[in-house]
Amino acid sequence: MSAQQGRHRRRWSSALALVVGAAIVLVAWQAAIVVGGYEPYLLPGPLEVGGRFVTGWTDGTIAPHALTTLQEVVLGFLVGAALGVPTGVLLARSRIAAQVLSPYIVAAQSMPILALAPLIALWFGTGLLSKVVICGLIVFFPVAVSTMVGVRSVDPRLIEMARAFRATRNQLIRQIELPAALPAILGGMRVGATLAVVGAIVGEWAGADRGLGVLVNLARGSLFDTPLMFAALLTIAILGVALYLVVVAIERRLVADRS
Amino acid sequence: MGEGQAARWDGRERHDAAGIRLLASPGSRRHLPTRTPRRVRTSRAGPEWRSSLAGIEIDDLSRSFPTIDGPPLLALDRLDLSVADRQAVAIVGPNGCGKSTLLRCVGGLLAADRGTVSIDGRIVGGPDPAAGIVFQEARLLPWRDVAGNVGLPLELAGRGRATRDARTAELLALVGLTEFATSRPHQLSGGLRQRAAIARALALGPSVLLLDEPFSALDALTRERFGFELLRIWSRTATTILLVTHSVPEAVVLADRVVVMTPRPGRIAADIAVDLPRPRQLSMLGSASGSQAAAAVRAALGETTGEATIEPRTTEPSPADDAGDLRDPLAGVGRPAWFDPFGREEGR
Repeated sequence: MSAQQGRHRRRWSSALALVVGAAIVLVAWQAAIVVGGYEPYLLPGPLEVGGRFVTGWTDGTIAPHALTTLQEVVLGFLVGAALGVPTGVLLARSRIAAQVLSPYIVAAQSMPILALAPLIALWFGTGLLSKVVICGLIVFFPVAVSTMVGVRSVDPRLIEMARAFRATRNQLIRQIELPAALPAILGGMRVGATLAVVGAIVGEWAGADRGLGVLVNLARGSLFDTPLMFAALLTIAILGVALYLVVVAIERRLVADRS
Repeated sequence: MGEGQAARWDGRERHDAAGIRLLASPGSRRHLPTRTPRRVRTSRAGPEWRSSLAGIEIDDLSRSFPTIDGPPLLALDRLDLSVADRQAVAIVGPNGCGKSTLLRCVGGLLAADRGTVSIDGRIVGGPDPAAGIVFQEARLLPWRDVAGNVGLPLELAGRGRATRDARTAELLALVGLTEFATSRPHQLSGGLRQRAAIARALALGPSVLLLDEPFSALDALTRERFGFELLRIWSRTATTILLVTHSVPEAVVLADRVVVMTPRPGRIAADIAVDLPRPRQLSMLGSASGSQAAAAVRAALGETTGEATIEPRTTEPSPADDAGDLRDPLAGVGRPAWFDPFGREEGR
């Protein structure tokens, strides 16, 4: 009873902290404009941005772009994660595969995605595919590496136990190694989820006709609507946070009951 | 292959020499052949010859392990042991004497360098459904509930859901865990976890139950009760039992025979019959034959550890885990901490 009350109070106080923190940020933002005297086209105030965010959504300016970006991010994330997990298992369990593949994987990762994006747009066009490729590439690395680390650190005693009960190679991976590595894999996916948003925006800058990245460019260049640009940025941030929270929620469902 | 042949011809002399030199100076054995683990399936007697024999038959079993900076360490040296059907045999000995290695060879988790292990007349060539293993730690999967863990071997063997559920319920009832079927391992005490591990080991209906210091992670009181729990389960499942333990009283109370092993190379120093009626009780330790058996075991252990004290410490004495650690099965060598009557295991 009292524990429940305590949890209740803690939840309320953390919500309060969140609100107070946001209020401080907004007040500081407004104060900077008042003190510095910035023009709205340089730095619009929070009220102005908030208003533009609402009208942007109600008049249908933001929604189609946000939907496009969301689609790119989700598909790219799924593709990258779906490729990253088996690659991570392979890297963890095959020394040869690790030796052959690691240089390429690391090299691909250290290449700035910004530099690769125009090439990928050239190869895969300016549609959905090139964004999925970019997002997939960017998600692949953290997922593969965290899977590799997770599988490598599976308790060898559990593996011996499974061997004693005659687990096949496949059963060992599916029943022991992957579930045991799941917390690590989901940790990689958390990182991947936020990176996927970055990948989508970068991909849109390299060539696209729709998406939040496109909207940011439009608002700055042809429309000269800085509040809209801020509203688009705000949408991107919300998208990233939402995806991150989805992964965290999945993580909670899957691994919270272990200890 | 040629090396293997050579080892078969004059193996005994080499191994003896290895053992003695190991005691004298660990650095002077470079000429010895480096043994890599391999399976030798040949048997002097041949499998058909004793196919009618139930129980465990260990014949001329040797196994060594490569060391990082020296010649291989001989963990088992031409060991012979037979355990009759439905007999309970306890193996005691100082740390690093190859008890766990022996158990893993019987369970098919380690291949022998030479010699054979047969269960019910069939030669063991890998993890065998005829042998159920209980490890030092329960080794339950934390993401499965108790029923899911107990049913794991059935699932791995491809049994259907209905069979699995029925068998799992039966096993849980046998070990008294029915009410914990949907609990997670971390919600159970150490004793209950180990019971689940026993149920899991029995899942495929093995004829042999192998227990590798199953009590050492338990506190003294739980440990005592758990021993009798094991006897009760044993009486209802009719399996042959091979039990590795550190505790002399435990071995005497639980087993029909106590086998004492010597360290490096692992050999059998004594094989002591325990002449106590069943069902066993703790008070029987004080009886004439009980204390006689315990004294005989202690005397045999005394001889082996007397030898152990002059051993050089070639391996670092890592804490209490000669059973758990796969990579270095002989970690903890040279630690004469076996004297551990009913509990107070150091480390874990």
